[in-house]
Amino acid sequence: MKSTLKQYTISIYSENNIGLLNRISAIFQRRHINIESMNISESEIEGVSRFTILVNMTEKNVKKIIGQIEKQIEVIKAFYHTDEETIYLESCMFKIKSDLLFEERQIQNIIKDSDARIVTVNRDFFVLEKSGRRHEIELLHRELKAFGVMQFVRSGRIAVTKDEMKISEILNLFNS
Amino acid sequence: MENLKTKPQTNYLNLPKEKITGAEAVVRCLIAEGVDIIYGYPGGAIMPVYDEFYKYHKEIYHVLTRHEQGATHAAQGYARISGKTGVAIATSGPGATNLITGIADAQIDSTPMVCITGQVPSHLLGSDAFQETDIVGISTPVTKWNHQITRAEEIPEVIAKAFYIARSGRPGPVLIDITKDAQFQIFDFTYKKCEVIRSYKPVPKLKHSQLQAAAELINSAKKPLIVWGQGVILGKAEIEFKTFVEKTGIPAAWTIMGVSAIDTAHPLNVGMVGMHGNYGPNILTNECDLLIAIGMRFDDRVTGKLSEYAKQAKVIHFEIDPAEVDKNVKTDVAVLGDSKESLNEILAMVNENNHDDWLGKFKALSEIEFEKVIKNDLYPSKDGLTMGEVLKEINIQSGGKAAIVSDVGQHQMIACRYAEFTQSRGNITSGGLGTMGFALPAAIGAKMACPGREVVAVIGDGGYQMTIQELGTIFQTKAAVKIVVLNNDFLGMVRQWQQLFFDKRYASTEMTNPDFVTIAKGYHIEAKRVTKREDLAAAVEDMMRSKAAYFLEVCVEKEDNVFPMIPSGVSVSEIRLE
Repeated sequence: MKSTLKQYTISIYSENNIGLLNRISAIFQRRHINIESMNISESEIEGVSRFTILVNMTEKNVKKIIGQIEKQIEVIKAFYHTDEETIYLESCMFKIKSDLLFEERQIQNIIKDSDARIVTVNRDFFVLEKSGRRHEIELLHRELKAFGVMQFVRSGRIAVTKDEMKISEILNLFNS
Repeated sequence: MENLKTKPQTNYLNLPKEKITGAEAVVRCLIAEGVDIIYGYPGGAIMPVYDEFYKYHKEIYHVLTRHEQGATHAAQGYARISGKTGVAIATSGPGATNLITGIADAQIDSTPMVCITGQVPSHLLGSDAFQETDIVGISTPVTKWNHQITRAEEIPEVIAKAFYIARSGRPGPVLIDITKDAQFQIFDFTYKKCEVIRSYKPVPKLKHSQLQAAAELINSAKKPLIVWGQGVILGKAEIEFKTFVEKTGIPAAWTIMGVSAIDTAHPLNVGMVGMHGNYGPNILTNECDLLIAIGMRFDDRVTGKLSEYAKQAKVIHFEIDPAEVDKNVKTDVAVLGDSKESLNEILAMVNENNHDDWLGKFKALSEIEFEKVIKNDLYPSKDGLTMGEVLKEINIQSGGKAAIVSDVGQHQMIACRYAEFTQSRGNITSGGLGTMGFALPAAIGAKMACPGREVVAVIGDGGYQMTIQELGTIFQTKAAVKIVVLNNDFLGMVRQWQQLFFDKRYASTEMTNPDFVTIAKGYHIEAKRVTKREDLAAAVEDMMRSKAAYFLEVCVEKEDNVFPMIPSGVSVSEIRLE
């Protein structure tokens, strides 16, 4: 097994319980692993939550972490995937002065070229939203920075896997 | 404790719904789970439950320990000797935080335990109220599961879940935090035991292919070695294990948590592995061609330097917890499942065999260890008393039937090395966490769970003073615990390391000790001190014959060391005899 650091997306299917987030983050903390990003949402199964966690780890350690996560009572199943095995993206928002939208012609081109979307415009500011890969978001950020960005925020990674994860089947097995 | 024997056999399961308070529900749930003894300490936020203990005192015997840590260790001792789930209870805030050491100990040593804590009323949660602590947050990393209850109607389901989780699969501690208002609320009570949690699979399904692969390796091995741990005892697999060992004729060594699963004197029992384990099994770990790990987790105190641990051998790991497989040692074949079931299944697949030549190697190394170490420990020629000879006297008196409850340090290693067992669940010690102060309260719990079994606590002078207040519990409950303090006026194990690795700079390890005999007598416990060899045998005999609790202090050589020893970070085969 390689001991080089690699980016992995960890997907955890779990019950929706108070305290589970704490339990899961503690597993990373114990091994001094920094969580690059985290997203928690409902999953394709009603009542089942899905954590999407981005980490830089060795494969050897990510396997161990998966075992320790799956051991938690409310965790149904945990997976780890490389970037190649997933379809993934992040979202971001920029808050920018409205004047610039009208005065700087280039901003309009940047918006158009980057597939960003204007969420709202008012007299003082407008809000731009963009979903995509990290490097696309970073590029857009760099380009807009030159004109002045009032606020910037980027979400955690969300991802779906190319392969099936068969959670319903696993749940059925648990209950049999 | 007489009241336990006359306990009425009310079946609280399947009773029609009735209106009771949350506090009463807690006690009724405990009774329904078969709890007969509970260890704890009252306080503001748990008072409604204590009020119910008053009412239900015939069904549940509450033991007032002198500190909440004592309650957890007593519950652990109760669980370890009996296999049942231990229960400890405390109030909010400091009461709850004082449970943490015992909970962490139970987590790392896989001890089934349910802890119940009171919490401030729910409208005060998060407001830094008097005696409020976030005990669910604090206990999260050291519990198998925990939960806070804020409404009475949650109580039956959550407590049922708590007991199911604590005892099933790889056991562990569970903490339930109950707000005071939930304890006062009145609701429709009905109790149903928990049998399934949809996200929790306690025992992996045994795979025939894994058994087959393991059996093939076992049948073709020339120099196989079994290392077993507590998993054999937790899985109640002692008989299956013994049959497996005898059929295959494979030498078997134990971890500190696994000892007593088969008799110490069994011809295939080759002793203890690890830092202060026996010479033979440690050296030969690095010579065997197949290492069969059963219900153990390759702790660093067992493996020494991992990169030089059994590299030449194929490894089979019989394990209930998938997270343990490949965690420390890479396995060739993992057999996931319950130890009893796995061993039972593989029994028919392995060939009858003997490995007498290979076993002879263990015997030869054991003779070297005897000459260099054991002889001096058990039959010393010097004047000062050794810890080993005290254990030898206890063995003579107990015939291997006593449970030896040891604390942490030099005396613990000596107790584990030399105590002889003829009955399982005989060795109760803090293995993974190394909690000084464990033994005295754990011995109380063990004695209460098995009043008919002799329970001998073997403790150092340091650890003894960490929970010495539990002498009060012994006095009040009349628990007939035999206490042996091996006093060398030092924190001996730390001193040994200072001598070996820190040029004898004895920083804060020498202890000026009080008169332990007078202290025990202050609690009306019969007590004696031995300083000379000629008095030892008779003193141990007097202690073991006593029907009541008994305290025996043995003043041993001050600067004795425990050998063999694998210094930390060194390979198991580089074990030192001196």
